[in-house]
Amino acid sequence: MGSFILRRIIYVIPALIAVSLISFLVIAVPPGDFVDRLAEEAAKKGDIMPLAEIEAMRRAYGLDQPLLVQYWSWITGVVLRGDFGYSFGWNLPVKEVIWPRLGLTVVLSLASLLFVWVVAIPIGIYSAVRRYSAGDYFFTFLGFLGLAVPNFLLALALMYVAFAWFGQDVGGLFSPEYIEAPWSWGKFTDLMAHLWLPMVVLGTSGTASVIRVIRANLIDELHKPYVTAARAKGKGEFALLMKYPVRHAMNPFVSGQNDIFVDIVSGGTIVAIVMGLQTTGPLLIKALLEQDMYMAASFILMLSVLVVVGTLLSDLLLAWLDPRIRYQQG
Amino acid sequence: MENLVEIRGLRITFAGAVDVVQGLDLDIPAGKTLCLVGESGCGKSVTAKSILQVIDHPGRVSGGSINLRQTDGSVLDIAKTKPTSPLMRQVRGGDIAMIHQEPMSFLSPLYTIGNQISEALMLHRKIGKKEARTEGIKMLEEVGMPDPARRYDSFTFQLSGGQRQRAMIAMALINKPRLLIADEPTTALDVTTQANILDLLGELQRETGMGVLFITHDLGVVAEIADEVAVMYLGKIVERAPVRELLENPKHPYTKGLLASMPRLDGDFKAPLKAIPGMVPPPALRPAGCSFHPRCEWARKDMCGHVAVLETDLGQNHMVACHAYGPQAHKFSRATRTADLAAPVAASKKAAGKPLLSVRNLHKHFAIRAGFFQRQVGAVRAVNDISLDVFPGETLGLVGESGCGKSTLGQTLVGLHRADSGDVQFADIDVRAAKGAEAKQLRTDIRMVFQDPTGSLNPRMRVRDIIGEVLQVNGNHSAAEIEEKVQGLLSRVGLSPDYAERYPHAFSGGQRQRIAIARALASDPKLVIADEAVSALDVSVQTQIINMMKELQAELGLTYVFVSHDLGVIANISDRVAVMYAGRIVELGETDQIFRNPRHPYTEALLAAIPGRGARKTGARIRLTGHVPDAAKPLEGCAFADRCRYVTDACRVNVPALRGEANHLDACLRSEELKLRSVSQTGALVSA
Repeated sequence: MGSFILRRIIYVIPALIAVSLISFLVIAVPPGDFVDRLAEEAAKKGDIMPLAEIEAMRRAYGLDQPLLVQYWSWITGVVLRGDFGYSFGWNLPVKEVIWPRLGLTVVLSLASLLFVWVVAIPIGIYSAVRRYSAGDYFFTFLGFLGLAVPNFLLALALMYVAFAWFGQDVGGLFSPEYIEAPWSWGKFTDLMAHLWLPMVVLGTSGTASVIRVIRANLIDELHKPYVTAARAKGKGEFALLMKYPVRHAMNPFVSGQNDIFVDIVSGGTIVAIVMGLQTTGPLLIKALLEQDMYMAASFILMLSVLVVVGTLLSDLLLAWLDPRIRYQQG
Repeated sequence: MENLVEIRGLRITFAGAVDVVQGLDLDIPAGKTLCLVGESGCGKSVTAKSILQVIDHPGRVSGGSINLRQTDGSVLDIAKTKPTSPLMRQVRGGDIAMIHQEPMSFLSPLYTIGNQISEALMLHRKIGKKEARTEGIKMLEEVGMPDPARRYDSFTFQLSGGQRQRAMIAMALINKPRLLIADEPTTALDVTTQANILDLLGELQRETGMGVLFITHDLGVVAEIADEVAVMYLGKIVERAPVRELLENPKHPYTKGLLASMPRLDGDFKAPLKAIPGMVPPPALRPAGCSFHPRCEWARKDMCGHVAVLETDLGQNHMVACHAYGPQAHKFSRATRTADLAAPVAASKKAAGKPLLSVRNLHKHFAIRAGFFQRQVGAVRAVNDISLDVFPGETLGLVGESGCGKSTLGQTLVGLHRADSGDVQFADIDVRAAKGAEAKQLRTDIRMVFQDPTGSLNPRMRVRDIIGEVLQVNGNHSAAEIEEKVQGLLSRVGLSPDYAERYPHAFSGGQRQRIAIARALASDPKLVIADEAVSALDVSVQTQIINMMKELQAELGLTYVFVSHDLGVIANISDRVAVMYAGRIVELGETDQIFRNPRHPYTEALLAAIPGRGARKTGARIRLTGHVPDAAKPLEGCAFADRCRYVTDACRVNVPALRGEANHLDACLRSEELKLRSVSQTGALVSA
């Protein structure tokens, strides 16, 4: 087991290196940079920027260096000093912008994932056990609806309902008075009050697919020989269901959780813009539009790291759940 | 005699329409072992499951009664008890427990066996976890699990097949049930392990005095363990008698047919077997009248096809359901009743001339990788220094326990594995160096038939393409030529030529294996390697295939290498036999020599393990304990030393070489001084 965990963790390292290189190159390789954009904006205002000034700015930002040198100085800064570079757009160090946003993104994504589990697992089990019942058809219908409706549309609809019928303050993750305020109990409860709406929106499609996955897995397990064997021992139906088929059906489900997490993290951008959430999505769009290179690369890097770490966690969780993996690969 | 369970008029219906069991009457006596025998598809398992009300959806008990005598003398009709009721749950695992064929799938791999054993106890007794653990370990010890305290915390995949079955027996017996239902509990095991498990079940039955309902298709096992036997065909009991009476004096043509299709080890074991024609029809197509009549030689059109059969009591607890013994018995002439088994005995072919296939010092090792960098830390020596010759026109049997390397050897010969070292010479071709035209010729000259006829036929190809593919790939044959060849092959293996258009799923297991054999024969091969080719089939179908393979050999002059773990089949089909153990050949000789005059203690133990031999003689049994040694560990001396009853210090040091006269070689240091037991000449009934 120890060797298994160690090996898995070490496999992560090359993945992280590749991810950082790709996220940097994706931003840096296309023609044009931040200085070009500044010159362009100036030109729009009728203000021609002299070539010498452009070159000087490039030198000041280090944009005249070869790409790999730029990458090296950026990534060593990230790894050694936690310094993600400087955001041209915000005129701030990237880390000062990125951490609060990233924190909220993680909180929102985990909340959505939790929502998916709490709703989807019981429904999935019900649908499998009472296959082809009215309830099963109802949830199946609801599930397909959830899959089919685009997130942003659901967001708009829910916002309207929450605002018009319940008079709730919608949009954003905080009420205006807390946005700039330091963390306090009041800010926390305010966050919780705002969190549920994006959580439901982001979780809906995940919920629908998880219901389908659990239902399919469980239907396969319900008539396996070990279920008959346990029933022949005299075990009650509910305890039996929970101990054997549900537990067996969990394994493929757990290994699929990372995909859902990725969907939630990356699928959140449009919803975040629509709902005005202070997560990473809107900021990333802005950084890309402004060619704010370090900002964009850092965001992509951090989101990718989240995904890689999520994969690692779901692998380890699976190993913990399934003795076959624990004992045979360790 | 008191009956524990009395089943009357039991009906089990699937999907609300098809009666799998129709009007079954069966008494299960207390404190005795009743064997339920029949081919697969006869409804044996589903009947057993109905006693516990655990039939899988969509089946259910739709009529009749299952009366269980309770300890207080009252009677509980299980058929009328709600499956999910607390009463029923009390019966399950408490009064009646069940063990199954495949412990790997009937035990959950996610929990330790201890967890599952103690769970059974805690469901029926108010008992703490700690106590349940102690009880569980005690039970494991009783069923002969080695190192029970440690195995208690093992998972199924960490145990061997025999140990898993012991764990399942422990789980069933921990509540001291009054009836144990054993559903083919030894079918998936090696013959040596099977012998140990049957011994164990016999002992436990005598000690606890429980009743046992033992389901099997193997009449050898019946001879070993049964007190009484009930033969089942298509959901009905067709004959029932005490075990000696049934085996020595069978009445029903189905029972006679089953017995005749078993390879026997008494008399001439090369005598052709007599198969029951056809196969068990699906329950939806149950024939009217006597449901066995389409396969019955005695059947009379005027009666058997439409008059329902009644049971006839022949006295001495012998019951039979056949018109030939009923009120109309006079219509069946004596002549038809004693169907003779005589058939021309094929003369045993003597190994002579130039070998077709010559193997010298063949090695095949599989690397074991482990650790952080997946370095090679050892090798499984699946085939370890094997030399043998196969002569044209003969059948060489390869036999041994699972894991002895017999399949790997077969697969290496046909080219599915690349040998690590050694020489393989086929006709004049060096197999390991063959390239181009020579390699092509090898691929058409050496062909293989696999064990699983479902997995080895591509489900998306028509039978025509499956059989003809080898011709399309090798050599230039026109489409018309291939078509003609395919048609010819199909009729040769006993299938209708118009089956060529169909897909494999349209066929039964036996028919699929015929297709697989036709595929192997398509390129007019010289050598066919059959890897457990009949192991997955029912007895009567198995016999049909064996007989067909023998006929094809006689007609086409084929040479077979026949790999099997089944000694009865090997004895019947082989001219010579090679016994393998731990990747080596330990004995090689003519079939008569191997079975009548074994020289290696391993061969002796294998023969002794065959069920049905020397039944009831508990003294002086030869039983193998332990397993084939881990092929990954380097071995010193004789690989069999740890399990051998004749072992000496010298055996652990010197590696015995294969030596002896040409028709009988053995690899035992003490073979000259030892006097080993062989199969007896009479009364030996063999598993098939």
